[in-house]
Amino acid sequence: MSTVFIAFQANEESRPIIEAVLADNPHAVLHESPAMVKIDAEGKLVIKRESIEERIGRDFDLQELQINLITISGHLDEDDDEFTLAWKN
Amino acid sequence: MQIDLRTVSIKPVRQTFDHIARRFGDKPASRYQEGTYDLQQTDIFHYRPLWDPEHVLFDQKRTQVVMKDWYALKDPRQYYYGSYTIARARQQDAAESNFDMVEERGLVDTVPSNLKQIALALLVPLRHVEWGGNMNNSYISAYGYGTAITQPCLYHAMDHLGIAQYLTRIGLVLGGPEALDTAKDAWMNDPRWQEMRRLVEDVLVTQDWFELFVAQNLVLEGLYHPMFFDRLDDQFTANGATAISMMTRFMTEWYAESSKWVDAQIKVAAAESAANKEIISGWVQKYRDRAVKALAPLAEVAFGDQAGAVMGDVVADFNSRCAKLGLAI
Repeated sequence: MSTVFIAFQANEESRPIIEAVLADNPHAVLHESPAMVKIDAEGKLVIKRESIEERIGRDFDLQELQINLITISGHLDEDDDEFTLAWKN
Repeated sequence: MQIDLRTVSIKPVRQTFDHIARRFGDKPASRYQEGTYDLQQTDIFHYRPLWDPEHVLFDQKRTQVVMKDWYALKDPRQYYYGSYTIARARQQDAAESNFDMVEERGLVDTVPSNLKQIALALLVPLRHVEWGGNMNNSYISAYGYGTAITQPCLYHAMDHLGIAQYLTRIGLVLGGPEALDTAKDAWMNDPRWQEMRRLVEDVLVTQDWFELFVAQNLVLEGLYHPMFFDRLDDQFTANGATAISMMTRFMTEWYAESSKWVDAQIKVAAAESAANKEIISGWVQKYRDRAVKALAPLAEVAFGDQAGAVMGDVVADFNSRCAKLGLAI
């Protein structure tokens, strides 16, 4: 298995997103750097719209992720409800 | 000479305020948490108010509902001043452009006259009911306990004021300044409005603030908003009065959003104890029956022969909503 990761700017807006990702992916590991957080996960990482909405109390469009997104690695599979990173090869 | 760049990570000494850390642990808190939790003054009330010597200035006993922690009544929308004003400003822009469109294009002239009469007879006097909503929610935020509920009640009060202003503008657009005088006269003298006026005025003088919350935000709004801004709106749209629907769009959006907040409050309070559930259920029954009676003559103006069926639908929806919230009604 190989690792996928996603990195966000560390700010007020990305905090609930990070919380949601860690709750949905118990195997994910959080690395906090100055002004940035990177989340590593073995094999697969799923970001669910529903769990982010639960935390922020309003509707969320998964494309809003891009505002605070720094980088990702892995093959991306994105639809309205989920944003999934995995190595598919 | 060689220069090595390296990043130095500086851990902040504290992540948030101490009182927030005591609740949620020492981690970065959201602005909603920092602007809400444990802000209510709880101690050191030197004197009891002369106007109410039974209670201290901020007192949990001003309602029969008992909560172990009043901050359990949190707002699912997470409105604090910033997020609330930003959300409403955006909606205000949309509403303004709808009114502009209606006025510039003269869309009012396309409204069939019978529907225009219905709008003038119902929506314009309704601004007095909305003003009651403003007063009641202001009362709750003044006498309620715990910032988690008093804060959104003040926003709710301002929303009602905004809706009253939109209804006034609808009156001005449809019938000019005289429409407002006619509506005031209907509110004061028309027998069809008197039951509603009596209910609004009785609610205005209710002392128990949670009773007021149930009467105003759950029951009254839960019945007349779906009736006027959903069912009646459908009728406007279906019969060529889209111009009116454009002007009431904010109300429809607002009700969908704010009713989620109201639901969350009632659900938590009723789940706290059997006693709470009983008290709240009793209030719902008391005000629901009066509100249904008050709305019946207005439904007749709006829906004619269909009035009974529409009222039945609205009440059935309301009852199933209450059942979902864990109330026994």
